[in-house]
Amino acid sequence: MKAVRIVSGTAVPLDRTDVDTDQIIPSDWLKRVERTGFEKGLFSEWRDDREFVLNQEQYTGANILIGGLNFGTGSSREHAVWAIQQYGFDAVVSPRFADIFRNNCTKNGLVPVTVSDEFNAKLMAAVQADPTLEITIDVERLTVEAPAIGLETTFPLDSAVQERFLEGLDDIGLTLRHESDIDSFEAGRKPWMPAQA
Amino acid sequence: MSEPRTLSQKIWDRHVVTAGLGGDPDLLYIDLHLIHEVTSPQAFDGLRLTGRSVRRPDLTVATEDHNTPTINQDQPIDDETSAKQIETLRVNTEQFGIVNYPMGHENNGIVHVMGPEQGLTQPGMTIVCGDSHTATHGAFGAIAFGIGTSEVEHVLATQTLPQTKPGTMAITVHGELDPGVTPKDVILHIIGVIGTGGGIGKIIEYRGDVFEEMSMEGRMTVCNMSIEGGAKAGLVAPDETTFAYMKGRPHAPTGTDWDAAVADWQTLVTDEGASFDEEVVIDAAEIKPQVSWGTNPAQVMPIDGVIPGPDDFDDPNLANTAARALEYMDFKAGTPIKSVAVDTVFIGSCTNSRIEDLRAAAAVAKGRTVAEGVRTLVVPGSGKVRAQAEAEGLDQIFRDAGFDWREPGCSMCLAMNPDKLQPGERCASTSNRNFEGRQGRGGRTHLVSPQVAAATAIAGHFAAPSDLD
Repeated sequence: MKAVRIVSGTAVPLDRTDVDTDQIIPSDWLKRVERTGFEKGLFSEWRDDREFVLNQEQYTGANILIGGLNFGTGSSREHAVWAIQQYGFDAVVSPRFADIFRNNCTKNGLVPVTVSDEFNAKLMAAVQADPTLEITIDVERLTVEAPAIGLETTFPLDSAVQERFLEGLDDIGLTLRHESDIDSFEAGRKPWMPAQA
Repeated sequence: MSEPRTLSQKIWDRHVVTAGLGGDPDLLYIDLHLIHEVTSPQAFDGLRLTGRSVRRPDLTVATEDHNTPTINQDQPIDDETSAKQIETLRVNTEQFGIVNYPMGHENNGIVHVMGPEQGLTQPGMTIVCGDSHTATHGAFGAIAFGIGTSEVEHVLATQTLPQTKPGTMAITVHGELDPGVTPKDVILHIIGVIGTGGGIGKIIEYRGDVFEEMSMEGRMTVCNMSIEGGAKAGLVAPDETTFAYMKGRPHAPTGTDWDAAVADWQTLVTDEGASFDEEVVIDAAEIKPQVSWGTNPAQVMPIDGVIPGPDDFDDPNLANTAARALEYMDFKAGTPIKSVAVDTVFIGSCTNSRIEDLRAAAAVAKGRTVAEGVRTLVVPGSGKVRAQAEAEGLDQIFRDAGFDWREPGCSMCLAMNPDKLQPGERCASTSNRNFEGRQGRGGRTHLVSPQVAAATAIAGHFAAPSDLD
């Protein structure tokens, strides 16, 4: 994974709750065996509507997505994270993320920024009023700010996850440092547990 | 004496390889990794890129389910991308030495039907799969949860996952269910109460008389939809019902191993005095047969009710979401749901495609006829379920009533195979998600139990079995 320290740029306000993974990337796209090429599938059903926020010219080039409560609810498809990233987003802001989606974000370097309902509503309104509003997300300080309007808050990230973002570390490589611990754990495995011959 | 612990804490503690400090993730050992064609190809590519191998192919089992057509499974798949994805799974499992049950194999089926059926799912285990409905296996008193493709690769390479310890939640349903109220109605009602985000970051333990008296297949239906309430996982403490269901299955322990296993499994209960981070208590008598009316699984109502409007919700978020959902579903608030006609009825999915589900639907269908113009699909969850149903003559009951009896797979639950809704079509479905376009672009899904699905097919509009008399 690529290291991520600072994300700064403009944002798209997707003012909906329960944005589920079937909307983020419809299931037809899941048949692909590749890891790239999902940007066209992002919100593809909603994008048929010319008024949909991603189609609005003033938000072209934005790299931060602001969503509502329960963002990424639904299936485990990591394709949802790939689609958001490949479309050009580096961070998603929401008051609450679904667990699997949030986990998938952290495996790919897409920053999940969890903020309070109140902060989210303020930021959403500010971006709707001024699409050019500059926002900075700092993974080292764990802050999100829009200095032009004096908005700033912090967001949570496990220190281990934060370190992986900052260093761009390979998760599997980190686990394999514990290979001898895994070996000894396996020695205690209950004899009746299922295994294939 | 150690601190009293909840069931999920006990299972979690048993699997910690190295403990995370200061809120950092624990490294959790995974006892069983189930894989399928959709979320695994990029994981195997990752292994090849880094020159890594599969640490425990013997603890990994594959099946083909999401893409598989439900007719002519003895023929090659028409859809080229689906065919390629299935072929990729076959190549990957062959190359890395993993057992795969291909389409048409007697053990093939939906991953969450196949695992329990084979006795691979056992109490006290940790089970993962690149599929959010993995919580199904929690019915046996296991911690089972869905993971993304990067995590699939991680488990393939290490048989472990770094995981932050989830919180605990108890949902207790006490009392007695009314006749006609099914496990599906219980879980839909629960999601209606806790909301789509109510369980985020937590493992739910389902407790109380209703779950103690519920069959294993009913418990699977309940645990299956834990993710629809946002939960990491859901589980039920193993008991005599669990052990009886497991005994004699292909991978269940035998002989003295069986006795040792049962003795161990009996310790898998929440200790007296253990506390949960959150507790919800529901009176069974409040639960009525349910239908979802909107576009998320918390938007549910009793089948005797009228469709709500945005004004019925105090929370502005819920009111806005309701307004959008009513527009998508083409509904007016105040309409009785029983007056709403359907185009399609789907009986199947990892939620409701097991033998008890098919028996329940067949009992409603028996001697009756599907309403004119209603398309029906009955898709058994696995080859074994299909064979059992045919041995009991259920297929004939369905066919005689005008239902379309199919071959196993995920089918119209998520529309990755040819079974899809057309834009604007309305479907009564025993599946788990009513998201916009879930069953096909522009399709409108209503989640119901197998009994209500069958009755609705007969009536042509939403109906409970008792409405048919």
